[in-house]
Amino acid sequence: MKAKALIPLGIFVALVALLGIGLTLNPREIPSPLIDKPAPAFRLPQLQKPEALSLDDMRGQVWLLNVWASWCVACREEHETLVDFSRRGVVPLIGLNYKDKQPDALAWLSQHGDPYSTSIVDADGRVGIDYGVYGVPETFLIDRNGRIRYKHIGPLSPESVEKELMPRIRELKGA
Amino acid sequence: MHDESITRLKRRAAGFLAAAICAGLLGVAGAAGSDAALDARVMKISEELRCLVCQNQSIAESNADLAQDLRREVREMLAAGKTEADVREFMVERYGDFVLYDPPVKRSTLLLWIGPGLAAVIALGGLWWQLARRRRTRAGDEADAPDEAALAQARALLDAKDEQ
Repeated sequence: MKAKALIPLGIFVALVALLGIGLTLNPREIPSPLIDKPAPAFRLPQLQKPEALSLDDMRGQVWLLNVWASWCVACREEHETLVDFSRRGVVPLIGLNYKDKQPDALAWLSQHGDPYSTSIVDADGRVGIDYGVYGVPETFLIDRNGRIRYKHIGPLSPESVEKELMPRIRELKGA
Repeated sequence: MHDESITRLKRRAAGFLAAAICAGLLGVAGAAGSDAALDARVMKISEELRCLVCQNQSIAESNADLAQDLRREVREMLAAGKTEADVREFMVERYGDFVLYDPPVKRSTLLLWIGPGLAAVIALGGLWWQLARRRRTRAGDEADAPDEAALAQARALLDAKDEQ
C-alpha cells in the first residue's frame, strides 16, 4: 500500500526532471547535419586582399571558420575572445564576413582589432546557406581533410574555447 | 483642311499609342502569368520550411533576412527546373530535419512522432485502471454492508440506552 502511494509522487518527479531538462536546453541550438561531413566548397574574395581564397587552400591544416558581420551585436561579445585566441596562434582563424558591406567590415576590424588570419567575403550569404548558418556568430572547426568536426553556435567565451574547442583542436592536430 | 489633317494625325497617333499600351500590358501580363505560377510554387514549399531565425514561422511568413535569402534560393532552384523534393533535400542537408514542419519518421524523430500517442495511451490506461479499482472497492463496500439482524440488534441497544 505504501509503495503504491508513492507512484504519483514518482510520476511527478519524473515529469519535473523531464521538463527541467527541457528548460536547460537552448532551442536556438540546432544540431548541424554537417558535422563529420566534408565542408561545403567555396571560393570567395578576401576582405583585405584581391586574391580569392578557396576551401582547397586550407587543406592540410586544422582551422577555424568564424562567421561574423559588423551588424552583428553578438559578434562584439565574442570579439575579445577571438583576439585572445588568435594571439595564441594555435590554428588559423578565417573570418567569413557574412552579408556585410566592405567599408563597414573594414571599419569594424580597425576599431575592434582584427583576430583573423584573413576574412573572406560572403556578400550575398550563399556560402553561409551552404554551411547552414542561421545566426551569426557561428564557428566551425575543420580538420586537415576538410571535414567539419565541430560547430559552435552563438558567441564564443574563454570557457567555451577552453572546454569545447581546445580539446578537439589538440586531438585533431595530434592525429 | 489643315486642321482636319492634324486631327487625323492625332487620331492615328492616339490609336497607335493605345495599341502600343495594349501590347505592353499583354506582354507584362504574360510575364506576370509565368511568374505568378513560380511564386505560387515558391510560397507552397516555403510554407513547409521552418525559418531558423524565428522558429515559429515558416520561411514563407518570415521577413527575416535569412528567410528572404532562402526564398530566393528556393525560387532559383525551381526556376532552374529542380523539383520540390530537391529543394527539401537541399534544406535538410544544410539545416537538418528541424527545417521541415513535417519531418520524416526515423530513429531520431521516433519519440517526436510516437511520444504524444504513447503519453495518451499511458494516461488513458492509468485512468482506466483507477476507475476499475474504484468500482471494485465500491462492490466490496456493498458486500460488507451490515445485515438486518445486526441492525435490529444495534437499534435495540440504542433504545435501551434511551430508557436509562
